[in-house]
This record gives sequence, structure tokens and C-alpha cells, in this order.
Amino acid sequence: MRDAVGVRRVVVTGVGLVSPLGVGTAATWEGLLAGRSGAGPITRFDASAFPVRIACEVKGFDPLDFVERRSLRKMDTFSIYAMAASLLAVEDAGLAAPVPAPDRTGVIIASGIGGFETIEREHGNLLARGPRRISPFFVPNMVVNLAGGNVSIRLNARGPNTAPATACAAGSHAIGDAFRLIRFGYADAMVAGGTEATITPMCIGGFARMRALSTRNDDPERASRPFDRDRDGFVVGEGSGVVFLEERERALARGATPYAEVIGYGMTGDAFHITAPAANGNGAVRVMRAALDEAGAAPEEVDSVNAHGTSTPLNDRIETAAIRKVFGDHADRLVVNSTKSMTGHLLGGAGGLEAGIACLTLRHQIVPPTINYETADPDCDLDVAPNVARPARVRSVLSNSFGFGGTNAALLFRQPDVSEGLDP
Amino acid sequence: MTDRKQAPAPPPELPLDERVRDLICEQLSVAPDEVTPEAGFIKDLNADSLDMVELTMAMEEEFGFEISEEQAERLQTVGDALAFIEKQLDS
Repeated sequence: MRDAVGVRRVVVTGVGLVSPLGVGTAATWEGLLAGRSGAGPITRFDASAFPVRIACEVKGFDPLDFVERRSLRKMDTFSIYAMAASLLAVEDAGLAAPVPAPDRTGVIIASGIGGFETIEREHGNLLARGPRRISPFFVPNMVVNLAGGNVSIRLNARGPNTAPATACAAGSHAIGDAFRLIRFGYADAMVAGGTEATITPMCIGGFARMRALSTRNDDPERASRPFDRDRDGFVVGEGSGVVFLEERERALARGATPYAEVIGYGMTGDAFHITAPAANGNGAVRVMRAALDEAGAAPEEVDSVNAHGTSTPLNDRIETAAIRKVFGDHADRLVVNSTKSMTGHLLGGAGGLEAGIACLTLRHQIVPPTINYETADPDCDLDVAPNVARPARVRSVLSNSFGFGGTNAALLFRQPDVSEGLDP
Repeated sequence: MTDRKQAPAPPPELPLDERVRDLICEQLSVAPDEVTPEAGFIKDLNADSLDMVELTMAMEEEFGFEISEEQAERLQTVGDALAFIEKQLDS
């Protein structure tokens, strides 16, 4: 690492996932390795009048497994998913609520949008029945930072508490920001990730009007097809991915088994367009380089990239070109997968989920596939682990997230070095 | 389409105190035996100020009258609420 003086090392010791592939980390990982699609017809509302009638919904989730009945009405679904993922991450780290060293443990849970379901319901109450029928829980249900707020209360985590709202890059910003807080000594442990629950009429309708979504309504399981020639947009997903980050010495001292070490974090802006990525991939190129630079890592040290890979025509083409520019000849030795082919796009939750998947990839040395890859696109000519999970030697994984507004984040994870003492 | 006149009659109403009790149990997720006339919403039933706003809204819906903020502030116990509702329904 570039400068060890006064800079601490950060490891991931817990992963908590609630995804369209399953409730829990093991169920999600199993689905990923099997190459299963989480997509299906929308059941959350009557979508028959909508141009898009498919999504990746979380199935078989019982909120009461994670939140007491009394608190349910005070939390939007996006907060409940975050609570579930956070509790699973903490448990996976071998800890439980209340967490130890509470003043040195913080929470950063991102969401791209917040409590959309609540906004729509309460706005309906306002229009139909007037202002006196707006719930007093409307605001605390809906506000983006309340996912992390609720989690901090449950865990008694009293350290730094923030919530990036940087669209589809938000989950990665959460983990990157948390990494820096530990690295520079502002906290010793952080619960960090992202969450989203936007399978609602306004959200599906709004993204559909942007023509950002796949309209493959008759074949939902094949709708999310990143890097395939016939991709036609993303599929909205929901759920939450949260990791438990710890200062490395503390983690090793208590006998935790790290999944990965976080070694680099990049943040850039495109300054180009409100929704389209910069045409030359400039923001994506610089964000990957920034993550590598922070780690002092050469491109050749990376074996896999968990791509943003949304399955929109534009993203996948520009991201492919950006990866080629950053990695040069090494790009052809990378495995570049998009797990959104299976989970759909969790928007602000995507970076959290995909960080968790990067950690699992490093632990199990298997890269989950990009499913629905059928026809090559000459503009997307990387090895995308098509359709079948790939056992591989994976030393480092770079995870990309790009958001509307031209906001980009990249996280670099490597296999943990569990030897005591100084840097290897 | 069901004709309005042919709609089944609503089930016979529970006594008022049971309706109030059930409403409080539902809103505050408490057990029926906790809802005694002396029980304070905030002190004994762990309600916070937001719960109280929502409980007031639920009472308005259930009993069909408005409760002003001044009136709501005086409803400290289950007994207060029951007496208030009885009085409103009688008037």
C-alpha cells in the first residue's frame, strides 16, 4: 500500500444480502452460482397498463423475521430490507446487536430514492382525503437516511451516520466512504451498503418513460442481458446489500475471518449529461484508475471486474471501452461479469449487493456468470463469464457503479492477507 | 355489481370500550390486558409523540369526528380517550 504511516487497513468481516435471488447471503450466492434469474411479472401492483410489467422482486421475505411488529408501520420497505441485510452482516461477522465499541461503530446505508412506496401512498391520502390524513410517519418512513437511522438504533451504533443518495452509485459510495472513515481513524467498524424498494407505479412508470427499462415483458427471465447484442434496457430490482467493515487489526485480534480487504476507492463525476454516461467513458475510466491508484495496484493485479453492466445499450458499450482503456492488454485476461443479469438493477442498493458478491467471489474463488448472453456484440467483447459460473484464481475484484447525474464509484477488493503485522 | 341496498348488514358492533381497546392494541402493538383505563399511552404503552398523532387519526377514522390538537393533547390515558370518545358520540 502506498503509505502505511497513519493509514489503517480495512477488511470485510460480514456480508448480508437480501436480493431477488433469495433472503440471506447463502441463498443469494446459491442463485448466482446456478445462474438463476430473479425476474418475473410484477406482483406488487397492477402493472397491466404499464409499458414495463416485469421486475426482480424479493420473494419469500417476512419483515417480522427482522423487525418487530410495532416498528413495521414506521419503516418503509427500503428500510426494512436494509435492517435485514445489516443484521445478517453483523451476525455473519460473528457479532450481534448491540454492537461492541458503539461510539467507534458507524452506519452508512445508501439509497438512490428512499421510501417511494410511502410517498405514493401518502400522496394518495392527501389527494383523496386531505392534509389531515397524511401519516405522522410519512417523513421518517420516506427520508433516505432513515434506513441507516433505523439500523443504528437497532445496533446501538453511535459512530458516523450518513447516507449517500447518488442514484445507482450510492451503495458503492456508502462502502467507499465507510472504508475511508476507518482508514483515517474516524471509526473502527462500519455497517455499510445500500438498499432500494422501488417496484412501485411511479418508479416503474418513470424509468419506463425514460426508455431505460427492458420491455421484454413476455420473457422476463431473459430481459436483463448485459453485454448481449439484443439487450434493450435494465430490469428494476430491489433488496439490500450490506457489509461489515472493520479495521484489520481489530478484526484479526478478535479472531474474525475476513472475506476481503478493501484497498481502493474511486469517485468521479462525468460533468456531461443528466442521465447518459460521458460518450468517451471519461468518468468511468478515471474512477477505475482512482481506485487502482489508491491501492497502489497495477491493472495486472486485478482478475475480475463486477461491472456496472446494466443491460442498457449505452452503458455496456461505454463501460466495455472504459475497461479496455484502463486495463490495456490485460483486459482480455479479466473476467468481467454483470450480476445484474440475475438480480436486476437494485439502483442505490446495487453497489452494496455487488460489493457483497465481490467478497464472496474472493472467498470462494468462483466468478458468478453473466446470464442471457446469447449473441456477441462487437462493442462488448470482453470475457463476461457467459451463462455459467467460472471457478478462477481471483486475487482482486474491482466493482463499478455509475449513476444518473454522472456520478461514478469504484471499489477495489483483494483477498485478505491474514498474517499478523506489517504490510506484505 | 352488487346493489348497495342488497349489501350484507355490518356485523353487530362491539361495545365502545372494546372498540377503543382493539384500536389501541392495533395501533400501538400492545396486548389487550395492558390496555387498562389507568394505562398512560406514553408512560405505560411506550407510545411516542408520532404514535399519538397516528392514534388520534385512527380514532377519527373509527368514530367519525375530528379531534383538535388541543383535545388530543389532553388524552394521556386510555380512560381519558374512552371518556372523550363517549362524550363526543353523545353530543
